[in-house]
Amino acid sequence: MTRFVKKALADIRSNRFLNFITIITISLSILVVSVFMLFFENASRIIEAWNQGGRAIVYLEKEFSMDMLPDLKVKIQGLGEIDEMRFIPKAQALEKLKKEMSSRTEFFQTLKTNPLPDAIEIRMKSHGSFEQVQAFAGKIAALELVENVEYGQGWLGRFLNVFNLFKMTGYAMCSLFLLIALFITANTVRLAFYSRRLEVEIMRLVGATEGFIKTPFYVEGLFQGFFGGVLGLVILLSGYLTISSGIAENLAAYVYIDIRFLSMGAILTIILSSTFLGWFGCYLSLKQILK
Amino acid sequence: MNADTNKNPIIRLFNVSKRYGAKLALKDISLDIEPGEFIFVSGPSGAGKSTLLRVLYLAEKVSEGQILIDGMNLARIPAGRLPFLRRRFGMVFQDFKLIPNRTVFENVALVLEAAGEKPAFIRKKVMHVLRTTGMEKKVNALPPTLSGGEQQRVAVARAVVGEPAIILADEPTGSLDEKSAQAVMDLLMEYHKKGTTILVASHNLHLMEISVRGRNIVLEEGKLKKTSTML
Repeated sequence: MTRFVKKALADIRSNRFLNFITIITISLSILVVSVFMLFFENASRIIEAWNQGGRAIVYLEKEFSMDMLPDLKVKIQGLGEIDEMRFIPKAQALEKLKKEMSSRTEFFQTLKTNPLPDAIEIRMKSHGSFEQVQAFAGKIAALELVENVEYGQGWLGRFLNVFNLFKMTGYAMCSLFLLIALFITANTVRLAFYSRRLEVEIMRLVGATEGFIKTPFYVEGLFQGFFGGVLGLVILLSGYLTISSGIAENLAAYVYIDIRFLSMGAILTIILSSTFLGWFGCYLSLKQILK
Repeated sequence: MNADTNKNPIIRLFNVSKRYGAKLALKDISLDIEPGEFIFVSGPSGAGKSTLLRVLYLAEKVSEGQILIDGMNLARIPAGRLPFLRRRFGMVFQDFKLIPNRTVFENVALVLEAAGEKPAFIRKKVMHVLRTTGMEKKVNALPPTLSGGEQQRVAVARAVVGEPAIILADEPTGSLDEKSAQAVMDLLMEYHKKGTTILVASHNLHLMEISVRGRNIVLEEGKLKKTSTML
């Protein structure tokens, strides 16, 4: 096997440009696929996090006073889908806001009264769907003294729409890009085979078996697929490190979620799939050439 | 070398014909070749010399008739066994058929690599053969940097390194000057003396007269015209 690996590496070196283009093509295709996987993994985690208890902020009317709190809590608890409840006085909310917006101290100095309402932060029990969450929030909003319920309805609704859209286009795009990568790999092998026609002919004349002749091509295909997959993931990781922190901050107000890179299982699946892709492209090409 | 000594024919042709479309390249050839014989296949261009060699190493299938190599009927050999049959042959061609981007060593070693030999054995064997063919100093050279005579010596080294029972040489001196041609023929004669059966197809009768001690088979328009022994 060492002999075949050495031979394949030598062939890759002697056809550097062609192999470089193939690896880049595979890596871009893998990048597209892994971007979708990254999105789906994190989106699933967000949905799962929501299902395991998303947060909602119940803003209270101005008429609210502390003696009304026990009664209100009982009413909210009575809706039966609350896991945890915490009162946030408006003074505490303002202090928190000041800390978060420390660069705007002048603005806070101009405030004569606290414009923030008192609020209750609640952690909801598991919900099956966005519609159920909406209905539950509606019940809370209908209570006396409740001015508004914020549960990320804006982003969550949009998120679910985008998620569904991505799901549909994701499958189509992944299939398309994988087909392109397969075609390019098959074509590279074909070109490599034709450029080594004399060599193949001589090998046959000296008694080389078909396995001996084909194996270096397969090893080359496996290398292309493997390196293409790794490169695609490296590009994805760079992009992820650049933009992930901003997204996580935006979502943190509503759900306990951190945007994570692909799981080890997904990384292995991607690398194995892209390696298989390289092999399969080679298989298709050789099958056609040698039939 | 692997040649038999029991004098049963190592190659037998029974009424072999080869047709390319309407043209008959070989017509009804029957022939027995004993182990260790040196056969010189001569005749004008287009007589069928190369075709005869090509059907022997199964680069072409015969249209009619049968060929037995060491008792094996070539028509009955499954495709998967073909490489193993070809290892019984060493082949030398007019255009050398060396891989241009592989060194002399790698070109010769290819035969043993294909047979699955171990690297240490390959190194030892290839170096030995390159010494006997006088090419040991060019071991790392690429074929395009060698003269025609040197390239053909490498081709002979490749043909003999697997210790085949039969060497088939198709116009091995066709593109060489007289001195190089003589050197290549001397090499082939050397291996013949060791017991290898050798078939050389060539139209160079002069070369045959000065170097070959064996049987001359003359082909004309695909037919076996005459057989004579050269002493």
